[in-house]
Formats: sequence, structure tokens, C-alpha cells
Amino acid sequence: MKNKNIEPHIKEDPDRRPLFFGLGFGILFGFLLHKGGATKYDVIVGQLLLTDFTVLKIMLSAVATGMIGIYFMKSMGWIKLSIKSGSVGKNVIGALIFGVGFAILGYCPGTIAGAIGNGYLDAIVGGMAGIVLGTWIFAVTYSKLKNGILKKGDFGDITLPRLLKVNDWAAVVPAVTLIVLLLFWFESVGL
Amino acid sequence: METIASVFTDARWSPYAVGIGIGLLSWLSFLISGKPIATSTTFARAGGLIENLITGGKAKRRPYYKKIKLNLNWQWMLVMGVVAGAFLSAIISGDLQVGVWVPSLWASAFGDSAILRVIVALTGGVILGFGARFAGGCTSGHGISGTLQLAVSSWVSAIFFFIGGIITAHLIFHVFAY
Repeated sequence: MKNKNIEPHIKEDPDRRPLFFGLGFGILFGFLLHKGGATKYDVIVGQLLLTDFTVLKIMLSAVATGMIGIYFMKSMGWIKLSIKSGSVGKNVIGALIFGVGFAILGYCPGTIAGAIGNGYLDAIVGGMAGIVLGTWIFAVTYSKLKNGILKKGDFGDITLPRLLKVNDWAAVVPAVTLIVLLLFWFESVGL
Repeated sequence: METIASVFTDARWSPYAVGIGIGLLSWLSFLISGKPIATSTTFARAGGLIENLITGGKAKRRPYYKKIKLNLNWQWMLVMGVVAGAFLSAIISGDLQVGVWVPSLWASAFGDSAILRVIVALTGGVILGFGARFAGGCTSGHGISGTLQLAVSSWVSAIFFFIGGIITAHLIFHVFAY
């Protein structure tokens, strides 16, 4: 029996600060996505049509910046990495399915939240409903996929430095350098 | 003249400023919350919670929902924040879209039918949502947060997201549009 006199939050989770940080990071993320134009179908599909390189410029500069700080904080023992386990089935087949949906919808899960905030009605009525439905179909079929296709070519939760058996910085420095060179190349050819 | 206030009311920033900002945000997210920025599991939780409402709690028994846990957690708040943050930026820069059903690039190829666009967006959303959970992440979880940690699963995913997306977008706009 539930005791209705007790406020639920007192019993459940005494510390709600993590949720407020989540909200705060989300607000900053959404603000930046909008300022970058990434909450817009035209910008996202323009990237997939290779006519507008805004999305890749945002992603690659985020990755280069993020990587330096994350690996620095890891080396100081301040944080632990959070690596998703992978397989050919998941990250090739699943990612290709995602890519098809990405081009048809013209938003992805993060940018559609931004597109909703930006006011786009096709994102709210069509896209968000579709994404929720699609993830539900996955949840329903998960027991069948779990030990089959999702396990095909399993390679676990490895990182590039561990795969190549090198020091972290021997992977971070070349990766950041390559990203910066690629971005300079985008600019030099006018993309 | 560009003032501090006018920076915030500019509708667009340099993609590099935005990207560096997101990169710095990922530092804070790891340091303070111990979590990478990611969004797609929240849509799966929403689906499970809706099923729970309809069936009176049956979704809780599905193995996938047991795995991801159907609660309103940190990432749920992050996604709510994204909606709010984009709304804030749009409204202060005069870019809030009112009554826009059809993006202009779509309209230029397929006309301005709202019904057609909504059906296509719904279909794309279903495929995208299924694919995101199949791949174990999306453009934020794999594409940014995973790749910046040099996760092999995320680099493979990000590359195939774009291969699938680029081929499909070209088919849509250069084959089906005629």
C-alpha cells in the first residue's frame, strides 16, 4: 500500500541536482543547435545532399574540441569514458537503417527536439511520433534481434587507442590533426 | 555594431563556434554528470511509457524496457532542455517558425502539401527510431559523444549514418523528385 501522505520525492530520489544539470546542459545544447542551423531540415538535408557542410563542420569541431578535453580529464583520473559496445550488425546494418530514416525525415533525435523548439510542425506531428513508434517497434522485436543480428561481428566496447594498442595521445593527436586538416580543406575548396 | 547582446540575437553563428561550444559542453557533461550527451534512448522511453499508459503497465515486462529502465532520468531532462534551448534561441533571434509544416527544400522538390510531408516525416521517423536503437545510438550519442571518446562502435556508426543518409537523400532528391 502506498502512503499518500508521504511526498513521493522524499522517498524516491533525494538528490535531484543531476536532473537539473541534465536540463541545463540540454538548454545549452539546444541553444547551440539552433544557432548552428542544425534544427532545420534544409541544413541537415543540405548536408546529406553534399551542398551545405554546416552539419559536418559543427560535428567535427565538437568532436575535436571534446576529444582533447575528455582525454585530458581521463588522464587526470577525473572522469571515466562511457563507450558503447559494438558489432557489425549494430553499427553497420543499424546505422545504415538510421541513415535512411535520417534522410527521409531530415532530422535526427537530438536535432528534432531542437526543431520542435524552433517551431517546425512536421517535426512535432510527423517526425517525433515516428521516432517514438520506431523505437517501440525495436523494443517489441528486441528479444528476436538480441542474440542474432545485434551480436553479428561483435567487437565489444573498445576504443581506437586500445584497438591499435597505442597510448591514448598517440590516437588523439593524429585524430584531432586530421579533423582540423579536413576542416581547413572544406574551407579552402569553398564547401 | 556587434555587441554582446546582439551575438545572442543573431539567428546564426559560425558552425565552428557552435561546434566548439558543443565540445566544451561535452567536457562539462562528463565532469559534472559523468555522462555523455545523447538523446535517442529518451524516445524509446517515451514509447515504453505510452505503452504502459495504454496497457496498464505491460511495457515494463519487455526485456528492452527492463534494460533501459522506464523512468524520467537525466537524459530525459536533457532532451526537454534541447526543446527549451532551441525555443529560447529562436525567439530571441526572431526565428521562431509559426505554422510551418513544409521545409522549403522539401517544398522546392515535392510541393507544399502538409499531408505528404507529415506522412514522409512519420515514415522517416519510424525508420530512424528503429535504426537508432538498432545501432545503439544516434547522431549525438554515437556521432558526437562516442566519436570524441574514440569509440570504435561510434566511428563505424557515424560513417554508416552518413553513407546511408547521403545515398538516400540523393535518391529522394535526384531520382524520386522527377
